Amino acid sequence: MMNADLLLTLPILFPALGIALCALFWSNKNAQRAINLAASIGLLGSAIALMAAVHDGTVLVTRFGNWDAPFGIVFVADMFAAAMVLITGVMAVAVGVYGLAGNIEPKENAFYHLLYQGLLLGVTGAFLTGDIFNLYVWFEIMLISSFGLLALGGTRDQLDAGVKYVTLNLIATTFFLISVAFLYGLTGTLNMADIARVLPTVENQGLVTTIAVMFLMAFGAKAAVFPLFYWLPAAYHTASAPIVAIFAALLTKVGVYAIIRTFTLLFDGDAGYTGPIVAGIAIFTMVTGVLGAASHFDIRRILSFHIISQIGYMLFGIVVATPLAVGGSILYVIHHIVVKANLFLLAGVVNRAGGSFDLKKTGGLYRTMPMLGVLFLIPALSLAGLPPLSGFWSKFTVIKASLDAEHYILAGAGLMVGTLTLYSMVKIWNEAFWKAAPENATAAMQSWQADRRTRLIMLSPIVALACVTLTIGFFAEPFVDFSMRAGAQLLDQSVYIDAVFGPAEQLAEVNP
Amino acid sequence: MSSLILTTTSRLILPAALIFSIYVLLRGHNEPGGGFIGGLIAAAGIAVHAIPRGRTGLIALLRVWPKALIGAGMLLGIAAGIPALLLAEPFLTQQWPFASLPIGTTLVFDVGVYLVVIGSVLTFLSYYLEN
Amino acid sequence: MEPVFALAFGVMVAVAAYLLMSRNVLRIVLGLLVLGNAANLSIFLAGRLDSRIPPLVPAGETMLVGGANPLPQALILTAIVISFALVAFTVVLFESAHRRLGTLDAEAMREAEPRPAEKSVTEPRRSAPAKVTEHA
Repeated sequence: MMNADLLLTLPILFPALGIALCALFWSNKNAQRAINLAASIGLLGSAIALMAAVHDGTVLVTRFGNWDAPFGIVFVADMFAAAMVLITGVMAVAVGVYGLAGNIEPKENAFYHLLYQGLLLGVTGAFLTGDIFNLYVWFEIMLISSFGLLALGGTRDQLDAGVKYVTLNLIATTFFLISVAFLYGLTGTLNMADIARVLPTVENQGLVTTIAVMFLMAFGAKAAVFPLFYWLPAAYHTASAPIVAIFAALLTKVGVYAIIRTFTLLFDGDAGYTGPIVAGIAIFTMVTGVLGAASHFDIRRILSFHIISQIGYMLFGIVVATPLAVGGSILYVIHHIVVKANLFLLAGVVNRAGGSFDLKKTGGLYRTMPMLGVLFLIPALSLAGLPPLSGFWSKFTVIKASLDAEHYILAGAGLMVGTLTLYSMVKIWNEAFWKAAPENATAAMQSWQADRRTRLIMLSPIVALACVTLTIGFFAEPFVDFSMRAGAQLLDQSVYIDAVFGPAEQLAEVNP
Repeated sequence: MSSLILTTTSRLILPAALIFSIYVLLRGHNEPGGGFIGGLIAAAGIAVHAIPRGRTGLIALLRVWPKALIGAGMLLGIAAGIPALLLAEPFLTQQWPFASLPIGTTLVFDVGVYLVVIGSVLTFLSYYLEN
Repeated sequence: MEPVFALAFGVMVAVAAYLLMSRNVLRIVLGLLVLGNAANLSIFLAGRLDSRIPPLVPAGETMLVGGANPLPQALILTAIVISFALVAFTVVLFESAHRRLGTLDAEAMREAEPRPAEKSVTEPRRSAPAKVTEHA
């Protein structure tokens, strides 16, 4: 049995080692591929071990450098964090394997593998850390890796997208840093468990609400919610398929994770004020996202807008704040990561086999590859929320939770957006799979059918992720049960605080 | 950019900067200093050496690509945390194997930071020297 | 001292907001720099300004008495290093975007999201971009 220190360190140790070794062997492409895959598998393995240790509700804590809790940096793994790390590991391996099909996409220059591991390091660190400033640092590691990955090809549209992506994200992180500074000025501590202890005793509760809204804006920009999402549709569709798949899986979800974490642990005091704001944000995010998707004909742009629309559902947990709703949000995040990444991977296949990402220039894929059509329908219908796929259960729980809490507009918007999602998925199906192939698409199809190795590399992660979707769909019970318990655990702050400080300890003196 | 003055003086500046950087690195144990600032000083010295001599001069001096320095530094930084894990203590807990000497994993970590800083500054520099 | 710092923070954020709203990407970089420094100032302010003594523990003692709060300094150092790396990257990115796209006007950068009607329009929509490029 491994101890908590080891369990919590390994998930960041593997990507860190991956970066170091990639930098050492930066001129050797094969070595880099092997390192990338090995580090991703290591991350997945350590995430499984971590999950095995916390799935029963225990909260693991490690104090780096053995410094005591409010002063040193702690890593905390509760059920939510462990689930996110596990799904990160799954995506790391799946997309990592897909990326091996490379040579054309991604343009595999010396930095791809290094930045890929950097992204994983930042994401994993952000999920596990229990220190708000440390969270900022992990955000930055994740960001700079994503900047590099986005601009990796150096094409004109990527550079254009990079300018907007970098500017808007830098503003958001700087805003996050300023919010951290204000929170520190108010509470005199950066440890999230310590902040959670101190915040209710702060005299000026109005300031706490102000800071809460500042955090909501900073994380909201990361999560691509309604008025702050413009960087996402400006950038995502320019990157190559594996890169945009890992972005779609992880980047916005870190923002959602940070919102859920801070608003369940820290800012739960004034839900009467922030609740309606978040409800409005959620509704507008869902509706604008899905309408934006309806207007586009590039698969990647359609899917990018759907990321935004789905983020809205994940905010239900913050609006309603019952164990059912928070659990539903957690289930939604997990389901969405698998499904959305899989759709982007499929978009890469459509491009490779059908000749284009543009729906008007491709087609006829069902005639030549009926199995690919089935593979597409699994995540596509799951995204739209049709039973019995994973999307149905996650949509069902969040909408039921909002109906229970009498948020009828929220629930209605959720149901309507589900229908419109189906419209976009049917559009992709009709254009890419159903209609006859245009003239120019046959050459791409021939080269695709000739290259057996690439087909195997690109299709195996898609099949694996489709199996995950089906598993969540047909054997929903353990997943729903786990999410509900994780949601209940999130709503009970004392579990987190006691794990960090030990149950008996009194409120430590605030040391500004 | 070749300049006789810079080429000549850099012969003096480089060793001085390197020695001073190592002094600052070791001093960081208990007083202001450490791997980060030491690395910056060393990188400044190397940059003064490299600017008049170009990218080939930089690589000839370092013998390795600057990116490899980053990798080596990160490996040292990770390695500094491993002994604590093996002793079932939290990652990066300081270990002092010699009772009388102040040499421990902290120094290893600082040397790692030193190398990462040199490597990243010189990586940037080598791109500018290329153009 | 606090009001002075608070005012300086406000002015810097205002300057940054003004620069960020410019269409010239060069000014946007400057705006990001000023905003980052404003954030650092706010951390410094949040850590209280009551002492000017360096936070060094004298040899032979174990407690820090009367020194400034060392935590904001550590945070700011971290934030400065991070923002240095980010700004360095941003400058390189913007420079190569300028070289490839031939403009510094953020409004004219529409490579990733072309206007639907743009194909039929032959004349540039506005003449302002050329002037902005020259100015930089």
